[in-house]
Amino acid sequence: MDFELSEEHQMLRDMVRTFVDKELIPLENALGPNREITPDVMKGIQAKTKEMGLWMLDVPEEYGGAGLDLMSRCIIDEQVGRTSLFHWHWYPTFGPALRPVLLHCNEEQKQRFLWPVLRGEIRICFAQTEPDAGSDPANLRTRAVRDGDDYVINGNKRFITAAGESQYAQLMAATDPEKGSKGGITCFIVDLKAKGVTVTESWPNITGECLWEIALDNVRVPAANIIGEVGQGFELGQKFLTEARIKAHGARSVGAAQRCLDMMIEYSQQRVTFGQPLSDRQAIQFMIVDSAMEIRMVRNLVYECAWRSDRGEDIRDLSYMVKIQGTEMVTRVADRAIQIHGGMGVSRELPLEHFYREARAVRINEGATEVLRWRLARNLMRKPKRS
Amino acid sequence: MRIVVLMKPVPDPVAASERLRPDGRLDRANAPAVVNPNDEYALEAALKLVEAHGGEVTLLTMAPAAAPETIRKALAMGAHRGVLVTDTALEGSCVHSTATVLAAALAQLEFDLVLFGVDSTDGGAGTVPAAVAAKRALPYLSAAGKIEPDPAAGTVRVRRMTPTGYDLLEAPMPALVVCTQALGEPRYPSLKGIMSARSKEVRTFSLADLGLDDGSVGGAAATTRLTGTSTPPARGAARIIKDAPAEAARQVVDYLVEKWIIQ
Repeated sequence: MDFELSEEHQMLRDMVRTFVDKELIPLENALGPNREITPDVMKGIQAKTKEMGLWMLDVPEEYGGAGLDLMSRCIIDEQVGRTSLFHWHWYPTFGPALRPVLLHCNEEQKQRFLWPVLRGEIRICFAQTEPDAGSDPANLRTRAVRDGDDYVINGNKRFITAAGESQYAQLMAATDPEKGSKGGITCFIVDLKAKGVTVTESWPNITGECLWEIALDNVRVPAANIIGEVGQGFELGQKFLTEARIKAHGARSVGAAQRCLDMMIEYSQQRVTFGQPLSDRQAIQFMIVDSAMEIRMVRNLVYECAWRSDRGEDIRDLSYMVKIQGTEMVTRVADRAIQIHGGMGVSRELPLEHFYREARAVRINEGATEVLRWRLARNLMRKPKRS
Repeated sequence: MRIVVLMKPVPDPVAASERLRPDGRLDRANAPAVVNPNDEYALEAALKLVEAHGGEVTLLTMAPAAAPETIRKALAMGAHRGVLVTDTALEGSCVHSTATVLAAALAQLEFDLVLFGVDSTDGGAGTVPAAVAAKRALPYLSAAGKIEPDPAAGTVRVRRMTPTGYDLLEAPMPALVVCTQALGEPRYPSLKGIMSARSKEVRTFSLADLGLDDGSVGGAAATTRLTGTSTPPARGAARIIKDAPAEAARQVVDYLVEKWIIQ
């Protein structure tokens, strides 16, 4: 066994770490309390990432992307997780959001959807969650019924990221509700300007982000807009969500927690109370040590999961573990960091409160940790026992 | 143009893992190494020059045997090849030895310009470039804020930064230039550069390869000896002035005058 990253992965980590330290972290306070990144600032950041070759990281090279393996993307996400500039589930630093489901487009669909997304001409959001089917996507209520060359779709989607800025949605709908996740869900590209589609902005959530609702009332979608096969939607969506668990929920949690730990150590050595630095107090030392141990464990879990995924292994169960451990770990670490920083810890002047809010949201987004524990338990108990 | 950039691996200041061995020397084996930050400015200047005039950049390093790992970080920025001088006898080298070895290594290479960073973060003598220039009889152009070679004429013009502006120097090539940060921020390595760094050539020279013997350079021939180390004294309690700005400013000025910091 070798616990060292490869030399290339180490260089990639160092490159992105320097980029985050020099270009992104200084922006945190320069952009004011709401850290609103203007299009001009984002263009400047993107020009640098393009020059570094860090562009469209998960897009295969044949489509002009970097075609990076999951380990490389986790390494990048871990470093980007150290800044409080972005929400955790998506950020545009490294190019347009592809949502890899689109890679399953046929040649005709690639011309209409994939290439325009890669060129930055259109955006396509991912719409799976519903009011009654969040962590339980197999139970989707949105129905798609075949009618001639079209499907007619009715239903509601909720908590959809960037629907208001998108022209289309990769929308999951039940084409055979009895089959559920076993061949009953299909992925459609839905034109958000089509008759019967209503897109409404929700109230901001704890992270300050406004998500969107999509109502579909007898919306006609051509059968030619089905991605993959009829009934393959759940499988396509799960691949995307499994990778998201490892990168956005695992690696980013590790990066955020590492920043919290670094700040805890530095501040506790500077801050003197009752004649002693905080770092001399056992209560503070235990918080720091517990955080360091937990970060190390989750980092190893993330790397193992990415490594196995890149070898082509089935990492569904491991990805559940990464999401559960990562998001719960960063919640604890951010909480300790805030406690050590006292009043400043909850100020927007520091990134800690951002990490805390993001961590709270991500424990629910794209699969609540309780659901994942339940799925994991089910999978563990049906596998043959090994000593 | 053929440009040689001197590059030194130094302990990563971010890792804060610099430790001294019992003999007082830096424990390089147990500190993650990075490219000396000022050398990155020299490399950036070299890369810009070959982008403008064509040519290649060679890195020259005198360091322990593990240095190729750090050399590859600089290769990932765009340098074309590396040359490493490594030999166990070089441990404990003084400035004189270092300059002798680097001058001997330069004798093996063809170049129009040799670029140095101003100094290194792990040792601040800052005299190696001048010593190498003397040993190789190269024009010595220090504190460069701008480098303008004229390959057709075989000359280079350098703006040497001064407290009041700059001097304009001209010298025939080959020449040795010491680069300042005014030459421009170093670029990031690129993903392509990282992926291709391993395939770039890193030649290794021993002292014997350079025609030098163990006794003439390195620790055995050091002209200076480390006799002790100490950490800076702990900072005393700070005096905090909380008066109104005008009064506070007056007290600060009085303090600086009292300490002969200003007059």
